[in-house]
Amino acid sequence: MPEFTLDDLRRILRASAGVDEQTDLDGDHFADTAFADLGYDSLALLELVNRIEREYGIQIPDGDLAHTQSPAEALAYVHTRLREARV
Amino acid sequence: MSASGIRPGRRGRSVVTGIGVVAPTGIGAARHWESVLAGKSGIGRITRFDPTGYPVRVAGEVPGFRAGEQVPGRLVPQTDRFTHFALAAAEDALADAAADPATLPEYEMAVVTASSSGGTEFGQHEMENLYQQGSSWVGAYQSIAWFYAATTGQVSIRHGMRGPCGVICGEQAGGLDALGQSRRLLDTGSRLVLSGGTDASLCPYGLVAQLSTGHLSTEDDPARAYLPFDAAASGFVPGEGGAILVVENAEAARARGVPSYGELLGYAAGFDPTADGTAARHSVLVSVIHRALTDAGLTPDAVDMVFADASGVPAEDLAEARAITEVFGPGGVPVTAPKTLTGRLYAGGAALDVATALLALSAGVVPHTAGLGRPAPGCEIDLVLDRPRQTDPRTALVLARGHGGFTSALLVGAGDRPLRAQPA
Repeated sequence: MPEFTLDDLRRILRASAGVDEQTDLDGDHFADTAFADLGYDSLALLELVNRIEREYGIQIPDGDLAHTQSPAEALAYVHTRLREARV
Repeated sequence: MSASGIRPGRRGRSVVTGIGVVAPTGIGAARHWESVLAGKSGIGRITRFDPTGYPVRVAGEVPGFRAGEQVPGRLVPQTDRFTHFALAAAEDALADAAADPATLPEYEMAVVTASSSGGTEFGQHEMENLYQQGSSWVGAYQSIAWFYAATTGQVSIRHGMRGPCGVICGEQAGGLDALGQSRRLLDTGSRLVLSGGTDASLCPYGLVAQLSTGHLSTEDDPARAYLPFDAAASGFVPGEGGAILVVENAEAARARGVPSYGELLGYAAGFDPTADGTAARHSVLVSVIHRALTDAGLTPDAVDMVFADASGVPAEDLAEARAITEVFGPGGVPVTAPKTLTGRLYAGGAALDVATALLALSAGVVPHTAGLGRPAPGCEIDLVLDRPRQTDPRTALVLARGHGGFTSALLVGAGDRPLRAQPA
């Protein structure tokens, strides 16, 4: 079962929704910065869900990830789904 | 009320204070203008995909455009190339006009652009994902990137312009219609409008969609493929790019202390319901030119140069030449078509023609139509060939026609922003 780390989240965000010049995805506060403050809207999160589902072979019900506020919350959510998938 | 929806007597003056260009002739108004004066063509064999096996293999591509450097990072994967072009051109146009949207009332700034194909290349990639890998591989941004209004929306969001925004789909005439609409907006409460158009459909899907018209040139030699009004005309070459202009209320521009390239003096649009019959086409164009002149309060003798639509399809060229001759008399006005350097840019074409006309007025020259040989029999127009004419034109008429019958005309007058003339 593949791991899912903050670096994976950064990589997928970069590829799917891009990064604004004034946003620093590599900064210390990335994990706890709200998605909105990083410049990502609901469409960006929808695309994030698509890519995580495809890459990690898990199902994420509509809206679940969109309810997370930050990368740290999204990471915790995906970890939960991955654990469930292992059972 | 007039047909424009605006009460007579309320019309203010609309001036162009900034020009942004992304075109096969170069990125930036200065580079484009240098290419026009030098007759430097941007037409060549298609490189954006392998055109072997397609009947059309020559196009006008924008050289050296790097989205990663010229478009905000987040918007690169979220939007199509036609939006990339417009975002870059809008940024340039605002800088050129010394306009900082952050300092202007957000509801008094508007965006109205023309689009002919929408986000064709983006759409092709997502359709490839759909057919090759399945529906879960179709990106979420397809929902907004393909859309004709995507460019207007992204430019509006980027610069915080929350006034009346819209898109006009008038095929290759749309660039003039967008500028006509910008003038209406300035008469109804807006003070600054970003307007013009771009298109970028040089992908297999975009090209194939255009083939059905039968109007694209299948000539392989870039120098021979697009020769409007010429005895060897064989259709037109497709191109990508366009122009975005800053159009302002003249008083607002004066209050900001900025000069203008020129003024939008008059505009009219018509529709030819029998676009396949060239005789009718000619009469619709005549009436549209007359109505644009009336709108500007000018007579034909006040027009110093005509930027022709220059279809490249012999019957359409003949119809346009007949219309110009009927209004201005045989050889009565210099006619030019610098778009032989770029190919036809769809929604971006007429917008770029207006930018070129304004630069020509500012420089005091009539740019020439590069690359033509022998005029087609029956085209009794004074086509400007070989080199620019330094005749200090003060007024230009720009004509545009789109597939299906769109027919538009825009008159522009000289402003007070001089350009140094540098004819080749």
